[in-house]
Amino acid sequence: MSEQLKGISASNGYAIGRAYELVEPDLSFETLTINKPEAEVKRFDQALEKAKNELQLIRDKVAKEQDEENAKIFDAHLLVLEDPELVGAIENQINNKSINAEAALVENTDSFITIFEQMDNEYMRERAADIKDVRKRILSHLLEKPLPDISLVQEPTIIVAEDLTPSDTAQINKEFIKGFITDVGGRTSHSAIMARSLEIPAIVGVQTAVATIEHGEEVLIDGIEGDIFVQPSEDTKQKYKYLQKEYDKKLAEWALLKNEPSITVDEHQVELGANIGSYQDMDLVLKHGAEAIGLYRTEFLYMENNDFPTEEEQFEAYKSVLEAMENKPVVIRTLDIGGDKKLDYWDLPDEMNPFLGLRAVRLALQNKDVFRTQLRALLRASVYGNLKIMFPMIATLEEFREAEGLLLEEKENLLNEGVEVATDIEVGIMVEIPSTAILAEQFAKEVDFFSIGTNDLIQYTFAADRMNQNVSYLYQPLHPAILNLVKMVIDASHKEGKWTGMCGEMAGEPTAVPLLLGLGLDEFSMSPSSILPARSQVRNLKKIEMEKVANQALQLQSSEDVKRLVDTISENK
Amino acid sequence: MANKEFTITTDVGLHARPATVLVQKASQYKSDIELEHNDKKVNVKSIMGVMSLGLAKGAAFQLHVNGDDEDEALQGIEELFKSEGIAE
Repeated sequence: MSEQLKGISASNGYAIGRAYELVEPDLSFETLTINKPEAEVKRFDQALEKAKNELQLIRDKVAKEQDEENAKIFDAHLLVLEDPELVGAIENQINNKSINAEAALVENTDSFITIFEQMDNEYMRERAADIKDVRKRILSHLLEKPLPDISLVQEPTIIVAEDLTPSDTAQINKEFIKGFITDVGGRTSHSAIMARSLEIPAIVGVQTAVATIEHGEEVLIDGIEGDIFVQPSEDTKQKYKYLQKEYDKKLAEWALLKNEPSITVDEHQVELGANIGSYQDMDLVLKHGAEAIGLYRTEFLYMENNDFPTEEEQFEAYKSVLEAMENKPVVIRTLDIGGDKKLDYWDLPDEMNPFLGLRAVRLALQNKDVFRTQLRALLRASVYGNLKIMFPMIATLEEFREAEGLLLEEKENLLNEGVEVATDIEVGIMVEIPSTAILAEQFAKEVDFFSIGTNDLIQYTFAADRMNQNVSYLYQPLHPAILNLVKMVIDASHKEGKWTGMCGEMAGEPTAVPLLLGLGLDEFSMSPSSILPARSQVRNLKKIEMEKVANQALQLQSSEDVKRLVDTISENK
Repeated sequence: MANKEFTITTDVGLHARPATVLVQKASQYKSDIELEHNDKKVNVKSIMGVMSLGLAKGAAFQLHVNGDDEDEALQGIEELFKSEGIAE
């Protein structure tokens, strides 16, 4: 039976494939007394063997597709499976106590997990998670309920999940994973951002996908409209074949703009930059003709590691991006941890309102050692390109001054150590808190640039949690309240001869681009795949006309009014 | 029985990666190999045993090797300690 679902478009494109339900199986069991311990030991050994083969396969895949370093974690997992003490203890217990393998496995691994969890070393505590991981794999074979493993997929597949974690998305192999559908999330959730950076279509916030779609069913997704067709009819498939062709044509047209300037009909030039999370995004950045990196989110360096990244690791990461951009601007944001981004190895207090709590620069200023390490790495990398440093979540001038003070101290220290540091590093701030937007004129006297982070600016202006679906209607980028704040920031920077960029999702939205252009935004930073369509749009607009439209928009009363106004531009074309 | 005393030299201590290579190496030999630290003995072929000691940089320990290939095993492990900078 063909069925249709709808969700929020998170990443453009069309895809068709078999549904893969990424749902953890229920691995609960009961402790049983068994009659034939020898047979039970054999059953355990067979499960162990299967788990070993599976891990070996994953290990080899990761080594081949990623690198040896990432594969090493699986070596440790394999050794746990082969551990003579553990395996021996489990087999003895099955034999002596006549209990089932599942119970013996859990009891014996529990004692090791307790030992590791009680260690005072954060890194060792995390090894408890490794043991749990391995145990889960053995249990899944004992209970014959296979664990989902997207790295083992070998045919065109659409992932269907409640939500995807960063480690899930890290395993996505684009050769087979053609797109994904999640029940939670919005355009700015982690999985949506990852889909755009992977350039695979995705639909989020569907709510009923896991419940409706069966594992293995054929699914067609329209990432542009947010439509999902379960068991699509031949007609639907034909229609999408045609749409795919048209879409490919458009992509080919955009590709021609790769090396063209982002300039309006009346010759006003802006800069179109890319948002990235790591060096791995650089292929896309270069392919889509980015004129800058408008936002390098360094927190992934912290999130992908088992411990704080060292100065050397960070230096290498920053240097590689700076070099790849060949002197084009690279805005690197200092760590933005807290809020929805947590680290396993950093015990942070649980807060009632994490988004209003100790996060980003606030956290950095209270953990100066961690912050100084990053600042040193940035300063050392500065000689390899055109580095600009940006502090996130600045609410007051004092915070900016303190952060900049630390930067200058570390610069002094490095120079005294005889290390070379660039002399012309611009230092700017994210504008994502209304207080900073309101006081932009004062900030503009001291900072070198602003970059408006719209996701947070919108949630703080409307006092609406962007993770909370019940108030998601208040996520209104085009609302005149937001546009007026944006204008205040841009005008303040221009008055002091400084510049303003925008690195939130809004900067790449086709409805927002004409308005932002009219408001005088200097730099637009977005997902790499949005750059060429935005460039095509800019090259067809007149700055002087957009100024009039933007001025009108500032006087309107609602987002709907603004949308209608923008629609009239496209109709006049 | 072959015995020898060592001190951890790697900055990270006997964590997953150094522990992994040690266990992999020890498993190549037939002899029983034990690591003793503060009166606690663990089987060096057991990753969880080795890691459960949580040896940090500067910690001293003894290796006890017992079996047909004990001299060969001790020498092999000592070379690994040196080449990987784990202990000396």
